Amino acid sequence: MKAKTSAKLKVRRAVAVLKPVAQAHHAQPVVAARDRRLKFGDAWDYAPAPETVPVKIAPRYELFIDGKFSAPRSGKYFDSINPATEEKLCEIANGSAEDVDRAVKAARRAYETVWSKMPGRERGKYLFRVARLVQERARELAILETMDGGKPIKESRDFDVPTVAAHFFHHGGWADKLQYAFPGRTPRPLGVAGQIIPWNFPLLMAAWKIAPALACGNTVVLKPSKTTSITALHLAAIFQEAGLPDGVVNIVTGTAETGRAIYHHPDVNKIAFTGSTEVGKIIAQACAGTGKRLTLELGGKAANIILEDAPLDQAIEGIVSGIYFNQGHVCCAGSRLFVQEGVFATVVRKLRDRIQTLRVGNPLDKNTDIGAINSSTQLEKIRELVQCGIDEGAEVEQSACALPAKGYWFPPTFLTNVTMSHRVAREEIFGPVLSVMSFRTPEEAIERANNTPYGLSAGVWTDKGSKIFKMVNQLRAGVVWANCYNKFDPTSPFGGYKESGFGREGGVQGLAGYVNLS
Amino acid sequence: MSAVRLDVRKTYKMYVGGSFIRSESGRSLAVHDPEGRALDNICHASRKDLRDAVVAARSATEGWAKKSAYLRGQILYRAAEMLENRADSLAGEIARSTGVTAGKARAEVNLAIDRLVYFAGWTDKFTQVFGAVNPVASSHFNFTVPEPTGVVVVLAPDEPSLLALVSTLAPVILSGNSAIAVASEKYPLPALTFAEILATSDLPGGVINILSGKRQELIPHIASHLDINAVVNASGVEETHAALQAGTAINLKRYARRSLAAADWSGPAGEDAYWILDTVEFKTAWHPIGL
Amino acid sequence: MRAAVPTVDQVTVEERATAFTRRSIKTSAKLAGLKMVVSMMDLTTLEGKDTPGKVSYLCRKALHPIEGKYDTPPCAAVCVYPNMVRHARRFLGDPSPVQIASVATGFPSGQYALRTKLEETRRAAGDGADEIDMVIDRGAFLSGEFQKVSDEIAAVKEACGAAHLKVILETGELVTYDNVRLASQIAMEAGADFIKTSTGKVQPAATMPVTLVMLEAIRDYFFATGIRIGMKPAGGIRTAKQSLAYLVMVKETLGDDWLSPDLFRLGASTLLNDVLMQIVKTVDGNYQSADYFSLP
Repeated sequence: MKAKTSAKLKVRRAVAVLKPVAQAHHAQPVVAARDRRLKFGDAWDYAPAPETVPVKIAPRYELFIDGKFSAPRSGKYFDSINPATEEKLCEIANGSAEDVDRAVKAARRAYETVWSKMPGRERGKYLFRVARLVQERARELAILETMDGGKPIKESRDFDVPTVAAHFFHHGGWADKLQYAFPGRTPRPLGVAGQIIPWNFPLLMAAWKIAPALACGNTVVLKPSKTTSITALHLAAIFQEAGLPDGVVNIVTGTAETGRAIYHHPDVNKIAFTGSTEVGKIIAQACAGTGKRLTLELGGKAANIILEDAPLDQAIEGIVSGIYFNQGHVCCAGSRLFVQEGVFATVVRKLRDRIQTLRVGNPLDKNTDIGAINSSTQLEKIRELVQCGIDEGAEVEQSACALPAKGYWFPPTFLTNVTMSHRVAREEIFGPVLSVMSFRTPEEAIERANNTPYGLSAGVWTDKGSKIFKMVNQLRAGVVWANCYNKFDPTSPFGGYKESGFGREGGVQGLAGYVNLS
Repeated sequence: MSAVRLDVRKTYKMYVGGSFIRSESGRSLAVHDPEGRALDNICHASRKDLRDAVVAARSATEGWAKKSAYLRGQILYRAAEMLENRADSLAGEIARSTGVTAGKARAEVNLAIDRLVYFAGWTDKFTQVFGAVNPVASSHFNFTVPEPTGVVVVLAPDEPSLLALVSTLAPVILSGNSAIAVASEKYPLPALTFAEILATSDLPGGVINILSGKRQELIPHIASHLDINAVVNASGVEETHAALQAGTAINLKRYARRSLAAADWSGPAGEDAYWILDTVEFKTAWHPIGL
Repeated sequence: MRAAVPTVDQVTVEERATAFTRRSIKTSAKLAGLKMVVSMMDLTTLEGKDTPGKVSYLCRKALHPIEGKYDTPPCAAVCVYPNMVRHARRFLGDPSPVQIASVATGFPSGQYALRTKLEETRRAAGDGADEIDMVIDRGAFLSGEFQKVSDEIAAVKEACGAAHLKVILETGELVTYDNVRLASQIAMEAGADFIKTSTGKVQPAATMPVTLVMLEAIRDYFFATGIRIGMKPAGGIRTAKQSLAYLVMVKETLGDDWLSPDLFRLGASTLLNDVLMQIVKTVDGNYQSADYFSLP
C-alpha cells in the first residue's frame, strides 16, 4: 500500500512544498493504517532496582516542643503506615489541645527572649546550617519520605529533598535583608506562626512554611499531616543538630483536632494553611475577627491548554508531568486538559502511548514513576469520582500496568468525552486522573479555563510568544506555566486566585505573609 | 640528637585560572612587617601576568554567569565555610603581617566570613530587588534584568587587608562577573592565603584571580586593556584615582571608587548591596502581548 | 490540511532526555541490554590512515567480540571508508552475520558535486557494501534549499541499489532541535531507511536530546505512513552506561519493535570494549581492566 500522506511536506520556514519522491522504496514494509501501533511490552524488562540504603525509623516518635522530644499529655499515639505495603511503620504522637498550648508557650518564650532579639544575620546562619544538614542527610530523608507517603524515590530524591534544601538556603539569605524586600517600610515579625501542612509534599511543605517564617523573625508551631509525620520529625532532629534555639520551631503531630487547637489558639499571631478548600474556609471563619493574620493555599482544578502550534511531543511531557507527577496529589495539577481541536486526535493518541511507559509500583524502586496513593481514604475518593465520570458519560483510558496486590494504587488514567458540567471537570480529584476536553479558539480556551471557582495554576502550550503573554495576562490563576508545568523555585511566588486561597509562598511576595509592615 | 625542627617555609604564589603561579617575569618582592622584619617573598606581577589573568577571567566568565544564582550562592557560602574552618590560619597571617593583636585579627576574619555569607544571600535576590517588569503603555511585556558586565579588576586597599578584599570581590562576582584582584601592596599575604580558601570552595578557576606586586606598575595596563569591562578602585590611594578614571575612558570601562577609611570596612558601609550595581548592566526586553 | 513539521521545545526535550539516564538498569536487565548493545553496534573505523590490516582487525573484532563463554552476539556491522569496503568483504566473506556499512557522498563534509557522490555510492555498493551512510548537504539546508537536500538523498537512494541507506544529518552543524526535526522529516520522505545523527568528526556528535528528537520524528512518520525508519546515533557514546540510556530511550519512545539491529544501531568504536568489560563484570562479579580486552 503506497504511503499517501508522505507526499506533501509543509515546511515551516520556507513556505515551500517539496516535490513528492516518485517511489520512496524503504527497506521496511508499509504497515496498514489500522495496524499502526507502538508496542510497549516486555521485550527488554527492567530488573527491580530497589533503593537499598538502610534507614532507621524509630518505633515511636514523640512531639517536638521547646527543643526536646516529649510524650503527648494524653499518652495517645496512632499508627503510621506505608501506603505501598499497608505495613505499619511506627507510632506517631497524638497531640492534644494541651500539647498545642505547651508548644505555643514555648514558641512565645523563644520569640520574646531569643529570636526577636537576634540580629537577622545570625538567624540566617541557622537556616543556612539547616540547608546544609538537609543536603547531608538527603538520601535518608528521601527514603523516609517515600516510605511514609508513597511517592516514588526518584521524586523524593531528585525533587522534594533538594528543593527543601534550596528553600532553607534561599530564605537564610533574606533574614538580614528584609528592608530591601519592602521599600519604604521597616518590616517587623508577627510573633508566633501556627502552620498546618498536607500530606502530598510533607517535608517540602514544612520547608515552605518554616523557612520564611523564621527568616522574618517569627517562631513556629507546625502540625504535619496525620498520614505523613515522619520526615517533619527528622527535620526536628536536624534543628537540634543545627543548634536552633529551643522553642523556635515546635512540631506537634496529631489529627484534625490538633490542627483545630492551633488555629483557635488565642496566642498565635499568624496562621498558614495548605490543604483543601473546604477546610480552608473553616479556618478562615475561625480566624475572622481574631486579629490573626492568615494565608491559605488550597485546592485547584488547573487548565492545561494545548494550542495547535504547540511543540506537541514536549506538550505531552508537560501534560504527563502536570497530572501524573506525584500521583496527581498536587494542588496545582493540570487536571483539565484543553486541546485545540485540530490536534486533538494526535494528542490523545500520543497521550495514550505515553502513559503505557509510566511505571507504577514499589515507590522504593528507582524506576518507579507513579507511586502509591497516600491513603485508603484518598483512593476511595479517586475511585468514586472516576466512576462518577463514567456514569456521566465519559470514556476511560488507563495504562495497562499491573498493580501490586497490597497497598493503595491507581493507574494513570484519562477521561475523554468530558464536558464542562461533568463532576470530573469541576471537582478536584487529587489523583492520577486527567479530564480531556477540546476547544476551537484561544479565547474559548481562556474562558473555559477561567470558568471555575478555583484559580491556582494553569498551563499554556504554544510556539508563539505573543500568544503566551496574552494568555498569561488573561488567565485568572496565581501561577501560569508556559511551555512547561509544575516548575517550582524558592524565588518564585506560589499561590492562588479565588477559592484556591490567598497569599503567596516563595519569592519577595512570599515574605509579606510573615511580617508586619504598618 | 637535635631537638630543633626546621620548618618548611611557604612560597606565596599568585592565583590565576585556578592555579597557583609565579610571575612570568620571575621577579619577586620582599615583604616586611610594620617593624621592618622580613616576612616572606611575594611575586612581583608584570603586565603579562595581568594579560594572562584577563584571559583566564574572560574564559571563566561565560560558564560562571550561566550557573544558577542558587549555585553561585552556595559556592560563596562554601567559601565562608572554608574560611571559618581556617580562621586561625588567616588570623595568624593578618597578625603577623600587620602587627595587630590576635584578637583583632580574629575579629577581622569573623567579619570577612560573615560578609561572604551576606553576599552569598544576594545572588538569588538582587535581580528581584533591582530588576523590574515595566508597565509600558503599548501592548508589550517589558522587563529589565541586571546582567554581569564581564571581567572586572578590583584594587584592594592596604587595610584591612583581608576584609576589604572580600568585601569588594564578593559583590562583583555574585552576579556572574569574574574578577582580577590586585592585592594590597603593603600587606599582601592574607590575600594570597585567601586564594587557597577560594581554591577549595568549588569556585571555578578563573572566576577570581589574585595578583601581587606594585599597583602603580599595573595601573596603566589595567586602564588601557580593552578586554576589561570594569574597574573597582578600593585602593584608597589618591594617585591611582585620576589616572584610572581617565585611562579607563579608552573603552568606557565602568569605573567605581570605594573611599572608605580603614575602620569603615567593619561597619555597614563595608557591606553595601548597591555595590552589586556597579558591575551589572541592565537589559530591557520587549515582547508583544496578543494572539 | 496541515502536515507541518512541529517545533521542539529545547528545555523540555532536554529534561525528557535526562529522565532516561535516571533509569536504573541492573542485573539481568543490564546483561540483556549490554548484549543487545553489542548486537546493534556498527563498529567503526574512519581514519585517513586506515589500511586493509586495520580493517581486518576491526572485522575480526566485530565477528568475535569476546570469548564464547560470555555468550555475546557479533556486532551488527562494520563501518568503513569506501576504499576499505572490498577488504572488509574479502575478510568477512558473503554472506556474513556482520554487515558492511560504507560512508559515502564526500564524507564527512559533503561539499562535493553530486556526480562524484553518486559515483562513490555506486562503487561502494558494487564493492559489497550492504549499507551506505551518506551525509546531507548542510550548506544547502542552512541556506534554505530544502528541495536540493531532498533531491540529493533521493538520488543517492537510487544509486544504492539493494543497499540500505542511512542518512547522516550532522546534527552538530544543524545546531537547533527545530532544524534536526525538519531535516529528519526531509530525509525520511526522500527515502532514508535509517536516519543518523553524526559523522563523528564534528562536536557535538550524538546526544540524548538530539536522538530523542529524531526518534519522535520517526514515530510521527510511522503513524503517518506506516513505515518504520531506523535510528542510528553515532559518535560521542563511549560508555556502557550511556549506551543503556539510549536503549531505554528507544524502548520508551518507540517501543519493543525498534529494539532490534534492523531498526536501531549505535555508531561507535571505543564503546565496544567498555560494554564488554561491563558484561564480564556482571557475569564474573569484579571490576575489569582494559588489558584483558583485545583492541579492534
